[in-house]
Amino acid sequence: MKNNWPLWEVFVRSKNGLEHRHFGSLHAADAEMALENARDVYTRRSEGVSIWVVESKHITASNPSENGEMFEPAQDKVYRHPTFYNLPDEVKHM
Amino acid sequence: MKQDTLYQYILGIADNSLILGQRLGELCGHGPTLETDIAITNISLDLIGQTRSYYQYAAGLSDEGITEDDIAFLRKEREYRNVLLVEQPNTHFGYVMVRQFFFDVFHLLFLKELQQSADETLVAIANKAVKEVGYHQRFSSDWIKRLGDGTEESHQKVQEAVNDLWRYTDELFYMTEADKAMFNNDIGVDLSHLKDTYYETITTVLSDATLAVPDNTYFQKGGKDGIHTEHMGYLLSDLQYMQRTYPNMNW
Repeated sequence: MKNNWPLWEVFVRSKNGLEHRHFGSLHAADAEMALENARDVYTRRSEGVSIWVVESKHITASNPSENGEMFEPAQDKVYRHPTFYNLPDEVKHM
Repeated sequence: MKQDTLYQYILGIADNSLILGQRLGELCGHGPTLETDIAITNISLDLIGQTRSYYQYAAGLSDEGITEDDIAFLRKEREYRNVLLVEQPNTHFGYVMVRQFFFDVFHLLFLKELQQSADETLVAIANKAVKEVGYHQRFSSDWIKRLGDGTEESHQKVQEAVNDLWRYTDELFYMTEADKAMFNNDIGVDLSHLKDTYYETITTVLSDATLAVPDNTYFQKGGKDGIHTEHMGYLLSDLQYMQRTYPNMNW
């Protein structure tokens, strides 16, 4: 039975105002069951106030073997961080 | 005991949750999938949590200095007041879900009525439990539809469970002397009043699940008077093993 069930990714919002974060994955026959399973597997210690589930096959992932061309070009472009400004003291929380 | 009838009434409610919780607990680590295993254990823990609240209340009414553990573990079979339905074995997953569904529909209707009780403690317990049980019913109804409207094999197995467990549904509405007395005091629930809604809900879900509603009208009862099926003794020997073997043992 288990082999026939597709894999789902679970995203949980821990508190109102926060974003949904990836919590893990599980098996379920359809979206409704995925939601119920996620409720029991990931929020039984009251970790969340909202759950999203999406079937794993709908997620397109970057390929680790292409990390060189994907991510390395950004490494020597520190000027893309806004760290070269002199902030006045009055500006807080930056 | 001054409030003996109330004490008996509370046990009548709580024993259903204890025994069903124990049955579901037997499946811990044996569920068909990891996800279902955790879901069933969650339901079991909800029920046992409710049981503790009821037993703590009952123990406080007793003047024999007993605790919730004494009530749970040290009674004899004839002193348990649960309905026959909840003590039926986990024959296969179809039985587990049908037993759950048949009980959940009743349990939710019952708790909604208990929320109107004149007894504040019972109202507080019902207020907490009603949310848990609302989810139980959603979970078990979903599974009835999945299994009934699933494959030929799942349909046949769940129909078998429906047919076998149907005979235990009528007892849910049987009122003991304690039930009647507490209803007359505005504390207890009028069970007969829940019956029509119960069978309507059951019929709707079974129809959605393409399952046949059994037409047999031969029902079994006895559990609420302490007369249990043959399965109860085995269940209790598991449940009570630790306290019977090592009396007064603590964590």
